[in-house]
Amino acid sequence: MSGGHTAQVIRTGAGARFVIYVLLAIFCIYYLLPLYVMVVNSLKPLSEIQAGGMMALPETWTTAPWKSAWSTAQVGVEASGLRPYFLNSILMVVPAVAISTMLGALNGYVLTKWRFRFDTILFGLLLFGCFIPFQMVLIPMARMLGLMGIAGTVGGLVFVHLVYGIGFSTLYFRNYYAQFPTELVRAAMIDGAGFFTIFARILLPASGPIVVVCVIWQFTNIWNDFLFGSSFSDYDSQPMTVALNNLVQSSTGVKEYNVHFAGAIMAALPTLLVYILAGQFFVRGLMAGSVKG
Amino acid sequence: MSESARANGVTDWLRGALPKLVLSPSIAIVLVFVYGFILFTIFLSFTDSRILPSFGLVGWQNYERLFSLRNWGIAVKNLFIFGSLYIAICCVLGLLLAILLDQKIRTEGFIRTIYLYPMALSFIVTGTAWKWFLDPGIGLQAVVRSWGWESFTFEWIKDSDMAIYTIVIAAVWQTSGFVMAMFLAGLRGIDNEVMKAAQIDGASTFALYRRIVIPQLRPAFMSAFVVLAHMAIKSYDLVVALTGGGPGTATEMPATFMYSYTFTRNQMGIGAASAVIMLMMIAAIIVPYLWSELREKPQ
Repeated sequence: MSGGHTAQVIRTGAGARFVIYVLLAIFCIYYLLPLYVMVVNSLKPLSEIQAGGMMALPETWTTAPWKSAWSTAQVGVEASGLRPYFLNSILMVVPAVAISTMLGALNGYVLTKWRFRFDTILFGLLLFGCFIPFQMVLIPMARMLGLMGIAGTVGGLVFVHLVYGIGFSTLYFRNYYAQFPTELVRAAMIDGAGFFTIFARILLPASGPIVVVCVIWQFTNIWNDFLFGSSFSDYDSQPMTVALNNLVQSSTGVKEYNVHFAGAIMAALPTLLVYILAGQFFVRGLMAGSVKG
Repeated sequence: MSESARANGVTDWLRGALPKLVLSPSIAIVLVFVYGFILFTIFLSFTDSRILPSFGLVGWQNYERLFSLRNWGIAVKNLFIFGSLYIAICCVLGLLLAILLDQKIRTEGFIRTIYLYPMALSFIVTGTAWKWFLDPGIGLQAVVRSWGWESFTFEWIKDSDMAIYTIVIAAVWQTSGFVMAMFLAGLRGIDNEVMKAAQIDGASTFALYRRIVIPQLRPAFMSAFVVLAHMAIKSYDLVVALTGGGPGTATEMPATFMYSYTFTRNQMGIGAASAVIMLMMIAAIIVPYLWSELREKPQ
């Protein structure tokens, strides 16, 4: 880090520091409040919420809302709970993340170490594809999935996420490999190493961090997607986000807020766990996605 | 020419073409599924498509109808209100938090983790949490009333004039931590020497930030603006989960408009036209940005 940072220059007195800490604490409460509301209310009986006790700790602790949300709650037409949809999301996320990351790695390798005419333009085209409003592709994609015979299936969703995930994974690997010493690649070429040998022996072993960043980014995005899930899935292939929305919006019967909160935590848990376990990689991915070049 | 020489010629050609061959499936996919589909949707926006795509050309009729529709007017107005408040509040809050966190805070890592975790959540989860928290019957209003302030009223989410602001509240909660992280990274990149000199000259802390630090955060502001504006234009999930576009059509946005006209109201031509307008809004923001980013580092 060159020249330290601003904090080393600005001196703050004890009073000012106290104010700073109070402000920081208030914002901690602001960000944690919805999480607190979700957790606390998923563990209390419905009657306590209806009585205006949303902010209070449960008087009677219960895991019934969790069990209901997982296996018996009414989601759309079926009283199946969220479990089948959780599985759908996993079946959707794993192949989509794996394949888009592999393609991204190969593309990044080609774009940085085997340069050819127009490669920057091609990369620009790839990159712009990351940012288009996906409303532009919904209609033709629905037709295309039908023609391919995978409309309304988890396989169809895997395909859609794969197609629109390539841009970002290519971006990550391209930026990472651009920093990688090209001399090493040249030396290996002179020694007669081929295209795939160089990739597998020289670049891949050094790619650990960017693979983690890319996998986390793709996982978070695809798990959290709602637009594609709601456009291209059937009742039995819905991902978790769509099922959660159906659970919450269902207009029949009493609104079981505690079950909704338990379901919301279930939908959030996988990405939240990844964030807690590998936070700095998550942030690196976010930053790389916003500060390109 | 011997057999082996010819075989060598083929392998040489293959070796030379291999990088392009590896790249080509991705390029083909993007050309078809991004650019081909964009062209197809643009084409549909000039046709009389209703429940299914149809190929009868109708000129600019869909666009004329789109701009005369009350719902589209509401959606665009909402996008403007939501977008400007969302971007402004996220930037102010993000900058404030970044500056506060940059004062050698001992628990910085921990606090950063708390500020940023909403970014890992789905907008559907965020929408669910805030939907019930803002619900007058059980949420904030009911809680405050149960504490004894009987006349306390907070019914924005049920109020056609105010519901759009509840979307701002939830969206700011989700992304302001991320904007904070962008500004924090910007602050850490600022050179100290100028600041030291200014301080010796007797500049106050406030002046120091206003005159020296914040102007240097221009790139971070640019990135934040582009990211937030593009998220605002695309915002769909949060609206669906939080208000469902309601009450009535009070929180309709271009993305929800496109979806309902295309898939539930069977006006595919108008839906396609609205998607084209969304693409133009995004392109107006993203293309200049990508252009400058890709040109800066030609190497």
